[in-house]
Amino acid sequence: MPGGPPHVALFVTCLVDLMRPSVGFAAVRLLETAGCRVTVPADQTCCGQPAYNSGDRADARAIARQVIDVFQGFDYVVVPSGSCAGMIRKHYPELFADDPQARGRAEDLAGRTHELTSFLVDVLGLDALGPMAGFDGTATYHDGCSGLRELGVKAQPRALLQRVDGLSLREGEAAETCCGFGGTFCVKYPEISGAMVDAKVDDLLATGADTVLGGDLGCLFNIAGRLQRRGEKLRVRHVAEILAGMTDGVAIGEPVRD
Amino acid sequence: MKVSSPRFKDNAREALADAALRESLRSFTRSFPLKRQEAIARLPEFDQLRDIGRAIKDHSLEHLDFYLERFEAQVTARGGQVHWCRDAAEARETILRLCREAGAKTVTKSKSMVGEEIDLNDHLETHGIQPIETDLGEYIIQVREESPSHILAPAIHLSSGQIADTFRDKHPELPAQRSLDDPQTVLEEARAVLRNKFLNADVGLTGANFLIAETGSVVVVTNEGNADLVMTLPKTHIVLAGLEKVVPTLEDGTTILRLLARSSTGQDTATYTTFCTGLGAEDDPDGPDALHIVLLDNGRSEMLAGAFREMLRCIRCGACLNHCPVYAQIGGHAYGWVYSGPMGKVLTPGLLGLDHAADLPNASSFCGKCEEVCPMRIPLPKMMRSWRERQFEEKRTPARARAGLRLWASLARRPALYRWVMGLTFGVLGRMGRRRGRFRRMPFAGGWTAVRDFPAPEGKTFLAQWAERKASER
Repeated sequence: MPGGPPHVALFVTCLVDLMRPSVGFAAVRLLETAGCRVTVPADQTCCGQPAYNSGDRADARAIARQVIDVFQGFDYVVVPSGSCAGMIRKHYPELFADDPQARGRAEDLAGRTHELTSFLVDVLGLDALGPMAGFDGTATYHDGCSGLRELGVKAQPRALLQRVDGLSLREGEAAETCCGFGGTFCVKYPEISGAMVDAKVDDLLATGADTVLGGDLGCLFNIAGRLQRRGEKLRVRHVAEILAGMTDGVAIGEPVRD
Repeated sequence: MKVSSPRFKDNAREALADAALRESLRSFTRSFPLKRQEAIARLPEFDQLRDIGRAIKDHSLEHLDFYLERFEAQVTARGGQVHWCRDAAEARETILRLCREAGAKTVTKSKSMVGEEIDLNDHLETHGIQPIETDLGEYIIQVREESPSHILAPAIHLSSGQIADTFRDKHPELPAQRSLDDPQTVLEEARAVLRNKFLNADVGLTGANFLIAETGSVVVVTNEGNADLVMTLPKTHIVLAGLEKVVPTLEDGTTILRLLARSSTGQDTATYTTFCTGLGAEDDPDGPDALHIVLLDNGRSEMLAGAFREMLRCIRCGACLNHCPVYAQIGGHAYGWVYSGPMGKVLTPGLLGLDHAADLPNASSFCGKCEEVCPMRIPLPKMMRSWRERQFEEKRTPARARAGLRLWASLARRPALYRWVMGLTFGVLGRMGRRRGRFRRMPFAGGWTAVRDFPAPEGKTFLAQWAERKASER
């Protein structure tokens, strides 16, 4: 590539940072394997969705400004989450609709920001990763709503997973149906969210897969939490863990093996 | 229709416990999306049509005053009369007066959601006039004294068994042992019961799918043909319509018609589409002698002026309900008023006021499916968010939620403090949850753990581990 390898900033997202850092390391490994120079800006926190979707536009804008500052100057910003990437790509420019200067900066960031699997496939190309790690199992993929509908992430993770030796993929009939997470929705309306995740879990179980994969930890925590509350054995992981061959750690919500 | 939107959470809870309702919802929310998908697959230009439809409606709304006046002029020129009604009470009074002037004892009605919006049936009955619903679904819920649970399929919450029981109960003059297992038999029984009522009604009242400005025509779409009997047999025809229904030309109306049935029932076109223009011809034994068009504002012009204008593009196809994962679980009654599902979440606060519908714009996971299927490309999630913003600005968001949000946001804006606080908190949680891998209960997370376990964090945050790694590399 002219001018050396692409300089990628990882926006690790608050959920990966605080809850499941191994997904962040998996993303770094994938990006580095694909030939990127990866930087993790230390002053990143959250993309601001909780404020934005709760109607708190002022805080959402303040946080967005901070993200725009922290991530300036990189060739790309890669996010292991469809909903956080969607927030930056689709909603940051809308947040500053009335402020041309800030809007320009938001659009600049939006244009450089990509969801992880979409970056690997659409920007770097499927072959950039070279030979992939293996995974012995049957998986089913849950399409997170924002990634799917705001960013068109659908084929990319599947194309990558097809290159994983030993993995077979079974589609759920309702792979595109919301799991009922929805950020604060799931705690504000637990009964409705619970009914939605039950329907999702039924669909996932019907595939006969042993592992559920997805690109958004919010959905995956919701699904894993409900599966485990119901006593089901189906395991849940972020797609980056499989792609990077980092499955030695426990699946989401599983006890640590000592 | 009575408003129970303020009870949304309780309504939803009751709906979730209703096994028969959930079963009806399951089968219907599977079949309708499939039919829509097949219908769209047969029409490759569907998405272009959506853009054209949106442009037609945007143009009509931009010049609503002009097209409404044009519509009125055309209706008047053809012997009809337009009645402008500011709110529900005015519309009810106007219709009651028109019925009285016609000397009406009974009024046949085809399905009208605006009729439900203004609670028309109750008002007529209170004043001694019998309204008779003639759409099968509306007839069923009328005799059951219920409200519609879907703008298109008002009785979709009922099983065929429940409907059979209702007919046995409400039609005692028929043999008790008759079979009502087949939907066709149910339909035929309703037709037989309604036949004389059609013939004897003094006034027929329909809604309108479109009002055509250039001709003064009213377009009514049904699958049962009941609206045609309602508008041609009685001597007086009253049309009740929201004022956003007007489009400039017949061409515009028929363009949007191509989107309507495909989006709602997955039909290429509805079984009956009727263009009703002016009075019955002099040499025609059918058709009304009097045509009254009651145009209802009821909050619409306020929506037109503000952030919710795009909602007025809605053509009431029901696609957003049919595809909504929240609606699929709780059904339409939980929303507490005539308009349910995603369109109801935007429309109800606009028409009833945010105070009466505080939960509705919030009870969405923002999955975006509604916007994906909306033939008029209404950005429903964005508009729900706009309502949430209004609630937040007006400090109507619950105090605890506001405080929590403020605290979190002030942390998120101070990265160093954030790293320190979160590092401590999640480190402790990680150590506590290590052995089981998850928590069954968590302080401040009752909403989460009510229905699912909370996964234990791994421990040290990514940013902390990354900083250590970078330091050791130096």
